Amino acid sequence: MRVVAKLAGAMLLMSASAVALSAELNLKLEIPRLDVAEYHRPYIAVWVENQDQSTAAQLAVWYQTDKKKEDGTQWLKDLRQWWRRGGRELQMPVDGVTGATRPAGEHVLSYKGTDKQLANLAPGKYNVVVEATREVGGRELLRLPFEWPGTQKQTATAQGKTELGAITLNITP
Amino acid sequence: MKTALRAIAVSAALLVPFASHAHKMWLLPSSTVSTVDQWVTVDAAVSNNLFYFDHVPLRLDALAITAPDGSAVSAENAHTGKYRSIFDVQLKQNGTYKVAIVNKGLFASYEENGQRKRWRGNAEKFATEVPASARNLQVSESIGRVETFVTAGKPTEAALKASNVGLELVPVTHPNDLYAGEASKFRFLIDGKPATNLEVVVQPGGTRYRNDQEEQKLKTDANGELSVNWPAPGMYWLEAGTQDDKTSLKQAKQRRLSYVATFEVLPQ
Repeated sequence: MRVVAKLAGAMLLMSASAVALSAELNLKLEIPRLDVAEYHRPYIAVWVENQDQSTAAQLAVWYQTDKKKEDGTQWLKDLRQWWRRGGRELQMPVDGVTGATRPAGEHVLSYKGTDKQLANLAPGKYNVVVEATREVGGRELLRLPFEWPGTQKQTATAQGKTELGAITLNITP
Repeated sequence: MKTALRAIAVSAALLVPFASHAHKMWLLPSSTVSTVDQWVTVDAAVSNNLFYFDHVPLRLDALAITAPDGSAVSAENAHTGKYRSIFDVQLKQNGTYKVAIVNKGLFASYEENGQRKRWRGNAEKFATEVPASARNLQVSESIGRVETFVTAGKPTEAALKASNVGLELVPVTHPNDLYAGEASKFRFLIDGKPATNLEVVVQPGGTRYRNDQEEQKLKTDANGELSVNWPAPGMYWLEAGTQDDKTSLKQAKQRRLSYVATFEVLPQ
């Protein structure tokens, strides 16, 4: 009986990941151009959040990685929601996740269901969370709900007010 | 000379911490959320207003800093000024540090040759310094803790283990994982056993710029536990006190226990 249940579980898991194989997550993220006297590129974290706000997957963390400057990891804690939800447990840098800060403008993040960031994401309801914080500037956090992988194409949008611009999430099952 | 020394000792004893019951003792760290190898600087003071140094400094003689692995760390750049003491701590390990000032002492008052005397010290000194001929001898014991917590990276609990002496706080919710709008749970122990029905006061800092003290008066349950709601982010002061007769010296009839901690509550 137990073996049967286990087998069924395994098959369910296999079929689940089979669905996700062709799935894609695309995120368009705008860093606004700000007219301020002292501008520093923002630190930005993008991750997938479970319904209970725990972290399901790390997608991107952009921080000051220039070795010639002061150690940029010391300000990662200012991405405070990300820090609380798992950032503080990571050893920087994280392959495929972390990278240098980016300039103002539109940035596109694309992940396939087979990419290691999403490979372990079980089917279900999630949020993509985008958090931005800027030296001598503000902080902003946006959530975009989605179902993974879902049965049809999904689009979610959010509009930042200060540190983030327009964000568009596209899910292809 | 001896008299002068004694006068200094007595005045020091009067200053902090036991004679200043009306005042609040506190340690205030520059940050509680940090990363490995960073520094925190800590203010230590006794005042009425939270967290402003405007009365007397908190002495650092009994400062004890515990690293995440349980080892003792020494403070750097320690200095005591008119209104506050300060010191720096480098967070060389990942995890949670406990910064504590633990004052333990015996206080005696008695009459000798018709003169009133006051004495402060420990059990060993009591035997040699307080004369056997002392009349109207009154002795009390005191154990007071003033604590705060700082974490590099992920919060850990090894440094938060109770010593099982006096009144202590042990986490149910980690003291560096407190957020506005979320309830946090703490357990209080007396000599390692649940401190039941203990009165605890919690107060947010910034009292200079508001009219109301905004004190929360709480009581521990049968497990010595209580739940605190943090209405807004900021630095908070917590104090608990009680007394019993479990003294370490038979001449002492009363033992006073106090616990103070400073917590940082983060925004969502």
